[in-house]
Amino acid sequence: MNWYGIKAIYIHEMERFRRTLFQSLASPIITTSLYFVVFGSAIGSRITEIDGINYGSYIVPGMIMLTILTQSISNASFAFYFPRFTNTIYEILAAPLSSFEIVLGFVGAAASKSLIIGCVIILTANFFVDVRIDHPLLMMFFLILTCITFALFGFIIGMYAEGFEGLQIIPILIITPLVFLGGSFYSINMLPEFWQKISLLNPVLYLISGFRYSFYEVSDVSLFTSTLTILTILVGCIIFITYTFSKGYKIKD
Amino acid sequence: MKNILEINNVTKFYKNSVKALENVNLNIKEGEIFALLGPNGAGKSTLINSICGIVNFNTGTIKINNIDIIKNYRTTRKITGIVPQELNLESFETVWNNVNYSRGLFGKKPDHNYIEKLLKQLSLWDKKDNKIKELSGGMKRRVLIAKALSHKPKLLFLDEPTASVDVELRKDMWDVVKKLNDDGVTIILTTHYIEEAEELSDRVAVINDGKIILVDEKDKLIKKLGEKTIKIELIEPIEKINVNLSKYNFTLDQKNRIISYTYNLNSNTTDITELLNDVKKDGYKVKDINTEQSSLEEIFIKLIQENNNELVRY
Repeated sequence: MNWYGIKAIYIHEMERFRRTLFQSLASPIITTSLYFVVFGSAIGSRITEIDGINYGSYIVPGMIMLTILTQSISNASFAFYFPRFTNTIYEILAAPLSSFEIVLGFVGAAASKSLIIGCVIILTANFFVDVRIDHPLLMMFFLILTCITFALFGFIIGMYAEGFEGLQIIPILIITPLVFLGGSFYSINMLPEFWQKISLLNPVLYLISGFRYSFYEVSDVSLFTSTLTILTILVGCIIFITYTFSKGYKIKD
Repeated sequence: MKNILEINNVTKFYKNSVKALENVNLNIKEGEIFALLGPNGAGKSTLINSICGIVNFNTGTIKINNIDIIKNYRTTRKITGIVPQELNLESFETVWNNVNYSRGLFGKKPDHNYIEKLLKQLSLWDKKDNKIKELSGGMKRRVLIAKALSHKPKLLFLDEPTASVDVELRKDMWDVVKKLNDDGVTIILTTHYIEEAEELSDRVAVINDGKIILVDEKDKLIKKLGEKTIKIELIEPIEKINVNLSKYNFTLDQKNRIISYTYNLNSNTTDITELLNDVKKDGYKVKDINTEQSSLEEIFIKLIQENNNELVRY
């Protein structure tokens, strides 16, 4: 293993995060605070409780998922697309690094950034509502796995994107709607039966549900199904990246 | 001297079926400076990028130190460095971080003393904390060289190393390249400036339309394919070309006072002695004589034109 190479990519990417620390952290903190103001105070005052949990507290796992999914994807996709855009990718391709090592460096950094942001959001949420974490290890398991999985997904977008607009299309058009419709701010039990069944087709529902279980022991689907879903997406992303990267698609002419 | 690089029957097609390299065979000796010459789109950069792993080639084998670059890419890439044609650098990073990053990528542990020495050698030390975007084009070019040398490669590829740099800086770069070569680094450079190849290289290859059309030692090439012109300046102008001089294919200047006679260095007889004798026989007195040798650039243009004419014929 080229550990120095992996470390070089990782530190290089984290350095970019450090340079833009304010905007990297300020944006999710402000957004989270706004969600609490709008959903927690304005709308939440009319809902009060879901599954015996105060509405403001209930939406915390969903809000964290919403942020880390979008952050993991955008961090990883930008991190890999940028050297392609500036042509500095030549150096990575010419270095004695395997595809796995390159992915590990980029995805590791993107997942780390999202993890930091996720933890900051948990801290921010504590200023607004009581946040209880019944299963901290399980919570970290979901948090880390989600960061890694969606950073891998972002890496794929970074490989395929033809321009900066391409980096935004999937997060805006697919991920954000899936998160909003995946029970971030409600339980699917509140929906009519037809829409409950439709919601079960949304993979993000399983992530949010499993993540929420680690907080309050309440979930829309079983913990096993949630774990299986995230692991399936993870394995799918790994297989996809391994195949396309080894062929050099979009990177090596 | 042993071969550090061996390229055998390498062919490369791009996705649009454009053949970029066709059965390229080339051996590079350890310790030499090798110049790869060719017009735009000839395949110079594709060849270099194929060797360095930046693009995939379709058929053939490439070996560095007798090690296959695909099967054992880690071993071969550790000893190669590349300076790309374009100024591909991360603008918001400092010089110091950029160079150390490159060293890390190549699997070397940090060595701040070496990087300091390298930056000083390339006159970049006082710019080490500057962001790349604050540097001039020439300085950026130096940063690219520093990055390529950060892991102490044995084989260095310079793709148009002095493109878009001023004359003074170009000479500085040449000194850097010569110094590297003196330190034992084998250098392969592509260039548009034939003068650069003439100044630096030991051997030269000419590539056109993806094919290597010639490989030779620079001096031999100039001798073999080069032409020489003797210019005989007369005291009095020639008013009429007599029988003795009419058998030579020479040209006269506008004042009919300078005879220009071109001959091939490689031919057994050059007829220079006879020409001078005939000048004397016809009653002309010689004021001065000088000779001019064709440059590598003229040879290069001639070769490419001949090759293109052949391609048109086929």
